[in-house]
Amino acid sequence: MNKPVSGLVEHLFRREAGRMLSSLGRQLGSRHLDLAEECVQDAMVQALKTWPYQGQPENPAAWLARTAHNFAIDRLRRQETYARIQSELASRVQFSAEPADVEAGIDDQLAMMFACCHPKLTPDARIALTLKAVCGFGTDEIARAFLADETAIAQRIVRAKRFLRDTDVPIVVPPIAEQAERLDSVLHVLYLLFNEGYAAHSGQDLVRHDLCEEALRLGRLLAHSPSTCQPRVHALVALMFFHASRLPARVDGAGDLLRLIDQDREQWDQRLVHAGLRHLDLAAEGDELTAYHLEAGIAAIHAQATSDDATDWERILWLFDRLGELSPTPIVKLNRAVALMRVRGPEDALAELATLDAKLANYYLLHSVRGDFLRRAGRLAEATQAYRMAMSCPCCEPEKRFLKKRLDELRIGNSDR
Amino acid sequence: MPQFMLILSEKPGDFASMAPEQIQKIIEKYGAWGMKMAQEGRMVGGHKLTEHGGKKIARAGSALAVTDGPYAEAKEVVGGIYILKAKDYNEAVELAKTCPHMEYGRIDVREIDFMGEPEPA
Repeated sequence: MNKPVSGLVEHLFRREAGRMLSSLGRQLGSRHLDLAEECVQDAMVQALKTWPYQGQPENPAAWLARTAHNFAIDRLRRQETYARIQSELASRVQFSAEPADVEAGIDDQLAMMFACCHPKLTPDARIALTLKAVCGFGTDEIARAFLADETAIAQRIVRAKRFLRDTDVPIVVPPIAEQAERLDSVLHVLYLLFNEGYAAHSGQDLVRHDLCEEALRLGRLLAHSPSTCQPRVHALVALMFFHASRLPARVDGAGDLLRLIDQDREQWDQRLVHAGLRHLDLAAEGDELTAYHLEAGIAAIHAQATSDDATDWERILWLFDRLGELSPTPIVKLNRAVALMRVRGPEDALAELATLDAKLANYYLLHSVRGDFLRRAGRLAEATQAYRMAMSCPCCEPEKRFLKKRLDELRIGNSDR
Repeated sequence: MPQFMLILSEKPGDFASMAPEQIQKIIEKYGAWGMKMAQEGRMVGGHKLTEHGGKKIARAGSALAVTDGPYAEAKEVVGGIYILKAKDYNEAVELAKTCPHMEYGRIDVREIDFMGEPEPA
């Protein structure tokens, strides 16, 4: 008897599912993605059926890979496609499960990532497919992570896979010369993935934390691979590292979100900050300046400041000005207004906010930020009104509690006067 | 110490949509239980049986007839067995109750009959 299952590596099955599917998918091509997926699933079910009785194999990952590989051969033999690709089969289906083949495994995952993030797919479809095929998430987990309906997610994935199959999208890392648009599409997915996990959310659902972890993991694969390690990849990875460093300090004991200003900076993970700084250095090579560079630059200033007051707000404002030139979105302007308030005071910043009313009328954070500016300007009645306005916008429970806390503070402030 | 065979049956499940993470969680539950049984010196062994319904061999007149079964059509199949040491049926039943399999199916407990020399008391 093998040794009993004694604590598998966390997320081993999820990770291996992504790795196996990338590997099999790359070898069989996007037209046989369903077959690859079935074989991977069968291998894991086989583990579920046998390991409880027979114990855990010496190398669980290799066992799973070998089993999926054998299932693939079996299925191909039974299909007529076998006749066509038989001659290539031996060279095509070679599984990389041994430690020596880690690099091949990484290439497989990068290739699958580029396929899943094909620019012809919508960002939503890209995200769902990446989570499924590269990260090994189940449809139910993806639905939970995005607070979406499971059937809708399943359909989205089916349609995305059909697109890959029908257009026979090659599962390869595009050569650097043709990479620009494809790489941007991949990075955008990682950015959205990370944000989704990082955004305020209700409950303790760890799946959302896993989104950050996956986005960072995939980003690092790109950053460490010679075929994809562009400066903007490093910039995005740096940005994710800086944000990730604050994860332990973002909620208080009651599970409520804390603003940057309220966070215990001692809890920021300095190892991640340093990793972020290393990637930021690498991002500075060449003369490319992307939104990721600027956002990472801003996050780096926060990460290195010993307190909110000691923060270099002028530099942050300058970076926001550059960011506004690259992507003049209302959200960027809203964030810029916060830096503006710190540099030039609340009245100037309030004037800036007024320009956003039409576009962000329904966004609680606009009103919440205005409430803060008004409070700092000593206009407490108006501040209360702004926070009430924020409360009436769609927002989740932790956000509501946050707003209520601000309102309570104003009430106490008022009665003191 | 007497040995008991735990016979685990279950309805063949639909695993096609089970997420990898969920599969791992279930394996870990069985693993933790198996580990505990092993650490307490109770686990003698376990075997998974294949799901190919099996064969039945019986005398039919002068010949032996081989048919499919006993599980060819059954809604429930024996998935596998464990052999555990326990001091009596009561203890064996209590151990079986702690097995994660109780969430997914049924367990029959049978004592393996005494063989060979009696153990010194």
